[in-house]
Amino acid sequence: MLGRTANGMFWMFRYLERAENTARLLDAGMRMALTRDAETAQAEWRSVIATSGQRAAYEAEYDDYTGQQVWNFILRERANPSNVREMFGAVRMNARMVRTNISSEVWGAVNESWMELDERLSRPIGPNVVGDVISMIRRAGMSVHGAVEGAMLRNEGYHFARAGTFIERAESTARILDMKYYLLLPSLGHVGSSLDTGQWDQVLRSVAGASAYSWLNAGNIDARGIVEFLVLDDRFPRSLAFCRNALRVHLAALAKIHGAEGECNELMRQADMEINELTVEDIFDEGLHSFLLSFIARNTAIGTAIGEDYRFLA
Amino acid sequence: MLLPSIAAYDAIHGETVLSSDNFDEMYDEAGETRPAYKDYCEWYDEQPTDLLKRKAKDADESFRRTGITFNVYGEDEAEERLIPFDMVPRIITANEWRKLTRGIEQRVRALNAFLYDLYHRQEIIRAGRLPERLLRNNDAWLPNMVGFTPPGGIYTHIVGIDLVRTGPDEFFVLEDNARTPSGVSYMLENRETMMSMFPDLFSRVAVESVSNYPRRLARSLAACAPDGTIGQPNVAVLTPGIYNSAYFEHAFLADQMGAVLVEASDLRVVNGRVQMRCTDGYKQVDVIYRRVDDDYLDPLTFNPNSVLGIPGIMDVYRAGNVTIANAPGTGVSDDKAIYSFMPEIVEFYTGEKPLLPNVQTWRCADADSLAYVLDNLEELVVKEVHGSGGYGMLIGPTATKREVKEFRAKLEANPENYIAQPTLSLSTCPIFTKKGLAPRHLDLRPFVLVSPNGIDITPGGLTRVALKEGSLVVNSSQGGGTKDTWVLKD
Repeated sequence: MLGRTANGMFWMFRYLERAENTARLLDAGMRMALTRDAETAQAEWRSVIATSGQRAAYEAEYDDYTGQQVWNFILRERANPSNVREMFGAVRMNARMVRTNISSEVWGAVNESWMELDERLSRPIGPNVVGDVISMIRRAGMSVHGAVEGAMLRNEGYHFARAGTFIERAESTARILDMKYYLLLPSLGHVGSSLDTGQWDQVLRSVAGASAYSWLNAGNIDARGIVEFLVLDDRFPRSLAFCRNALRVHLAALAKIHGAEGECNELMRQADMEINELTVEDIFDEGLHSFLLSFIARNTAIGTAIGEDYRFLA
Repeated sequence: MLLPSIAAYDAIHGETVLSSDNFDEMYDEAGETRPAYKDYCEWYDEQPTDLLKRKAKDADESFRRTGITFNVYGEDEAEERLIPFDMVPRIITANEWRKLTRGIEQRVRALNAFLYDLYHRQEIIRAGRLPERLLRNNDAWLPNMVGFTPPGGIYTHIVGIDLVRTGPDEFFVLEDNARTPSGVSYMLENRETMMSMFPDLFSRVAVESVSNYPRRLARSLAACAPDGTIGQPNVAVLTPGIYNSAYFEHAFLADQMGAVLVEASDLRVVNGRVQMRCTDGYKQVDVIYRRVDDDYLDPLTFNPNSVLGIPGIMDVYRAGNVTIANAPGTGVSDDKAIYSFMPEIVEFYTGEKPLLPNVQTWRCADADSLAYVLDNLEELVVKEVHGSGGYGMLIGPTATKREVKEFRAKLEANPENYIAQPTLSLSTCPIFTKKGLAPRHLDLRPFVLVSPNGIDITPGGLTRVALKEGSLVVNSSQGGGTKDTWVLKD
């Protein structure tokens, strides 16, 4: 496979994941804002913008935070160079570039989703339809993943696609968690004190984990439980542990296909040593924020190494 | 309710005949279905109106979903358009096709011999049959191809010959596309679409298959691999990238051929070979089916300021270690001034009279011709000798007075840059409209593959059709559409 094609597969799925995560973040923010007073709602929307990493761009355009302004900015405005419409455009552009390496089902799923979304996002989104648009984005992700699952050869390209998915997903979960870390109270001494359950419900919703979490924890929301769930529970498909496990499998498969390991496999091993055997106590001892920062740095380094090992660009 | 076909079409057709006197491929002057369309029209008359209307919409949707689009140059880069597809096939009988293929084969043989000669001894110029200035003024002429023979002696591996029809036996060559003919993906996708829309139709009418074109192309290209290629040659399709208007076709062909789709940035010259950057290192490429212009092949040879292209590829080529299809410098024969000499060229290299005539052409470089053209601008079609895609031309009968006046000035300033042709009354074939069938003008581009093993013509081609009533411009960039092209089995 061409290095450029591997790069296209990897980024196609990173952007797809990013679009989907952004939609989830928005969904959770909206639910939160709807149930709060105006001032809290304003703070919520600010946090949604900050979590998506668009604070500077947003504040260059607007002075205040209102729902409609925020979701239009995140979904479609040109002032935001990484709006969801652009992300989906990047998914399709990469899919076009790797067209000969994906099945026509996968291409069809991407192209159809893009047509639908691009058309919908060409006009401002009002409060009555924003929910539909968010569902549309989530469905787009599902339909592409479904096509990959059911109709794509498990070759190199597949593993690059999956590696892109899990690198992006791990980063997204870590960032969402990090944005709220100050609420988690950085020491174990505070475990058990009452938390703003609404805030935590939102974090869980934005990673599609609310019901899974309740089911596992009988509805008890506490810092320990949530960190354990989002970082260490390898049964939950958006936890950091799950993403790492999945990434390890796909990097190992790539090494096997190529008959040799690369820098990315070595970094993966080091990362495993860090997270294996880790407990919630260890994380709180280190401080959640600092743990997450080093996790994100490691994740980024693995991503870069994949690109270098497999000649994405040179 | 049946869609109006013969009766209604007759009415429409009747008017058309009165106004422009052209040959209709479906109906004869008495309104009788011509033999080629007999089986099809029987089938058509049995189809309920609603079904056909719905199918027409489905087809559009299906093209959009599969992403068969082209970008229009000069418009917003992101804009992609569909080439409209018309679901009434264009039908050619086995007998007509046999005659056409003989003419096409002769012409393509002559083209190759001509290109070889131009880049070697130039016998045709020495013999006084072609003025030397045509080479000097030709941008596509490549001095560094002189004296070099491409692998297998083939210059034009893939050729598209544009034909127009004016009568039962009157086919003319309008244009030779020896550089990089496009549109073959539409030939293939149009057939696929027709077969999925109307599966029963193909059990009623015996139509020659076109679907093995990509395999024939792969085989033909492999047969042109450089001497000394070990094992199965590695074939790559070289595309300018996803923003090119024909990108869909490049990806489609690579996919169907099982070839790698590369961009120039994937390739580099290592150890005297062209190699592509793969995830596990560099791999040799033996045959490059390039869909980029000569200028973007090698910055070292063609354009030192360009960052595009593969530095040093021309050295590898000249050392005989890679095949480039079509060969650099082939575009020289697409020039419309050269076209006007094609009858002489065919005769010079084959020793035979051309089986397929040219459209009568006045070279404005000749004083007498120029005078005639200037006197008759309102009746003629005037084209730039290097132009393509229907741009830079004047269609006298439909141009405004002002357009004619402006064109006259351009023509007088630089007559060598133009040729003129009579406005042909191109044949028509009906398209499907909301009101029923309506005649529209069309042309035909069959695709020809050339290798040391011979000349291979796929039975079919790309039929382009003007969608506007009375329009003679069929180019997709100017609102033309396409039709499935059927060659009937004997």
